[in-house]
Amino acid sequence: MAIGRRTFIKIVGASAGATAVGVGLGSRLLASNDYVPDPGTDGDEVIPTFCEICFWKCGVLAHKKDGRITKIVGNPAHPLSRGRLCPRGTGGTGLLYDPDRLKRPLIRKEARGKQVFEEVSWDEALDHIAAKLKEVAAKHGPESVALFNHGYGASWIKALVQAYGSDNVGAPSYAQCRGSREKAFELTYGSAVGSPEVLDIENTRVLTLIGSHLGENMHNTQVQELADAIGAGAELVVVDPRFSTAAGKARYWLPIRPGTDIALLLAWMHVIVKERLYDRDYVAKYAVGFEELEKHVADKTPEWASVETGIAPELIVETARFIAGARPASLVHPGRRSNWYGDDTQRGRSVAILNALLGSWGRKGGFFLPTSYAVPKVPASKKIEHHFKEPPDAPLDRPVPFLGEALAHGLRDASIPGANVAYPIKAWIVYGTNLLQALPEPEKTVKALEALDFVVAIDVLPAEITGWADVVLPEATYLERFDDLHAPPWKRGYVAIRQPVVPPLHDSKPGSWIAWELGKRLGLTDYLQGDVESYLDARLKKIGSSLTELKARGVLLAKREPTFIEEGLEPTFATPSGKIELFSKQLEDAGLPPLPQYTPPAPAPAGHFRLLVGRAPMHTFGRTTNNPFLGRVMRENVVWLNAKRARELGFETGDDVVVVNQDGAKAGPIKVRATEGIRPDCVYMVHGFGHASKELHFAFSRGADDSQLVTRVAIDPVMGGTGINVNFVRLERAAASEVSA
Amino acid sequence: MSTGKRYAMTVDTRRCVGCSACVLACMAENDVPEGYCRDWIVSEIHGEFPNLTQEIRSERCMHCSNPPCVEVCPTGASFVHDGGVVLVDPHKCTGCKACIASCPYDARYVHPDGHVDKCTFCIHRVERGDNPACVSVCPTKALTFGDLNDPTSEVSKLLRTREYKVLQPEAGTEPNVFFLK
Repeated sequence: MAIGRRTFIKIVGASAGATAVGVGLGSRLLASNDYVPDPGTDGDEVIPTFCEICFWKCGVLAHKKDGRITKIVGNPAHPLSRGRLCPRGTGGTGLLYDPDRLKRPLIRKEARGKQVFEEVSWDEALDHIAAKLKEVAAKHGPESVALFNHGYGASWIKALVQAYGSDNVGAPSYAQCRGSREKAFELTYGSAVGSPEVLDIENTRVLTLIGSHLGENMHNTQVQELADAIGAGAELVVVDPRFSTAAGKARYWLPIRPGTDIALLLAWMHVIVKERLYDRDYVAKYAVGFEELEKHVADKTPEWASVETGIAPELIVETARFIAGARPASLVHPGRRSNWYGDDTQRGRSVAILNALLGSWGRKGGFFLPTSYAVPKVPASKKIEHHFKEPPDAPLDRPVPFLGEALAHGLRDASIPGANVAYPIKAWIVYGTNLLQALPEPEKTVKALEALDFVVAIDVLPAEITGWADVVLPEATYLERFDDLHAPPWKRGYVAIRQPVVPPLHDSKPGSWIAWELGKRLGLTDYLQGDVESYLDARLKKIGSSLTELKARGVLLAKREPTFIEEGLEPTFATPSGKIELFSKQLEDAGLPPLPQYTPPAPAPAGHFRLLVGRAPMHTFGRTTNNPFLGRVMRENVVWLNAKRARELGFETGDDVVVVNQDGAKAGPIKVRATEGIRPDCVYMVHGFGHASKELHFAFSRGADDSQLVTRVAIDPVMGGTGINVNFVRLERAAASEVSA
Repeated sequence: MSTGKRYAMTVDTRRCVGCSACVLACMAENDVPEGYCRDWIVSEIHGEFPNLTQEIRSERCMHCSNPPCVEVCPTGASFVHDGGVVLVDPHKCTGCKACIASCPYDARYVHPDGHVDKCTFCIHRVERGDNPACVSVCPTKALTFGDLNDPTSEVSKLLRTREYKVLQPEAGTEPNVFFLK
């Protein structure tokens, strides 16, 4: 019977294939059928909240049916999502229902690094933490406790650590990510670009991406605006060693030699200044230091830059004219993760200065001047009065002149015995950041973890860092908890709420509850917010709303305010001169170049490629790679290798290789993607894969962990960030045993 | 009951960044079983470094006006619904795979429950006035859905004003998913 059916199928299939062309409508097409599918995923309840699968914080609507979240869609009322989501936003259920989630508090039973724990009650875990923190404070002072954090929920734990007496609060999202950009714009304009960035991409006429792979870097609102701009006829200039998604849409793709961006930026400025293509009125009115800039770029000719960048001089001139031709609606995107070569603040300054020449700051199609919904804080019953000790995040013999947020890697280094710092860090609280992947030089992270007196990890998943903690606290996901209100500076002010859609699964607890319970045990409740709902309601009452209203609506919009010079708004610049500082006296006074200097990157050792890393639209670092739902569209990373080089080396797409760096550090195995879409002198992979934690059952050992290959960094002399693009790798064919393992 | 509509979708390859939001939104909306998808991303790079071009497409069942899958279906499970939407009635489907073999676009798969499954243009949403889930979620507004028999619809306007193509026109299937260049 079965065989007969199969034979029948084959015959029908073959005959259909042969006769499909030109066949008219058969009678069956007209046969009536009343069947209409209904997958039944609409919720009985639809609850607004905002997302935390990345850091963008888009408003979402969670559909809930029979107590389960069936789907998550965009909230049309929310200014960041506008009803639309990136792939990750839809994938929140994959995190919520991840079978690997941390379920109960854990206390370590064996040496750090081994995931041998005992499940304990919350009381036992919290009592233990409080006792240990008191012990550390008694010996070394409360400032010897550091908090490493990522994500919006960290605010409660930050308040706790500060009440405890430590200002050592660091996030890899600063010194390892956007810090150099923020410092560059602070030095130039007196304010950072912020997050979400204050970019008016939708109205831009020419968008220049140099160090941004927007579209793969899936910041929802920015990608929406990118598409709207393209739809309205805007053109792209994309500078990238790799043929990025954006490069594929660009009028000009400049496949630059990695590490030479400053040379190109200076040469563009050379052309724009020399040909008087810059906005003279704007520069005269708002900027200082033009004469010095003019002198500085006088010899930064396209011919000079061409040698460095590998881009033809004529193309440098043509693109400079093209970019300037659209000003002021010509935006040179400031990028986001921008710590690469150690001169990153200077690189960021080059971008900032070029934008000033275009007059794009404060103009439509450039940078808007943000507004926000002023929602006053509700203070705790007592104000913190102790004086914080300065973070020991830079070694005493290598001070950082322009510190911003505490440097996460610096706090780590201050935890390693023998560190040359004002005082050592002895205990860590790690909230939502997998420091083994999020910090460069992982061997230093391990050294610190081995030496610490005490380590607490608060997380949702058993990421590698939890294996190093003495106590692991399972936090409720963003879909199961309240967090503080979100009212960021934006084109139009708004305030959004995060609220639980379902009660916490397993024995997980919200961060606000964890902070309060620890506060009780440490005698700090006077400095903390108690019941989270009362606190949020009190805040909302101050703007004439209420928690009840926000829970129902998800988001409230402020009155529209002008955000552009064209709308009559005058920009102010919080710099010493009160103007845009093309020439930076602040940098000069610190003994640093007041105008961006180009330093040629070190060449690769023979047989090595420069390692470049980036993002994929469906993942947020290593935070999502265990999400089985997002894994349906990207399960592992691959290493991009220039097709010609691949042929020379005998590699084909799909081959398994191990990536080995200049110091012998290895990552992988990972599959090769042989492609025309990358320069021959570098390889590229998406960050966040190759997890070593066996408790992450889906992500374990899928692809390669690029962090393992970052054994060297170049420290930014301005703000202390860690440039990671200074590592070189070769590819070795993976042994069969490695692949099967 | 016929409404005289001809549903179609346009995919703007200039706007699309290939992020897969459409793929995941479809999976969530339609409870697509693990290991399968009803829509998917095709990303093509042509040329030699550094002279390259790229095309990114969000693809799915083309809801052809001349659907070979319906023609070959021995049980009438594959049928054309109002508006030209090609559907599969799981109650009539025996999982014989004739339609899968006949589809030039590889749009169909056998659901673990035994019947053939594929994109429905989210007809359950469309008939209550919503867009298909993929269209609703798309952060780049690359996808547009509507009635080609209505000259004022967005899809009609886009096809009047933009260059477009269909995939495998030589198959004679007359697809109703159009790729805008």
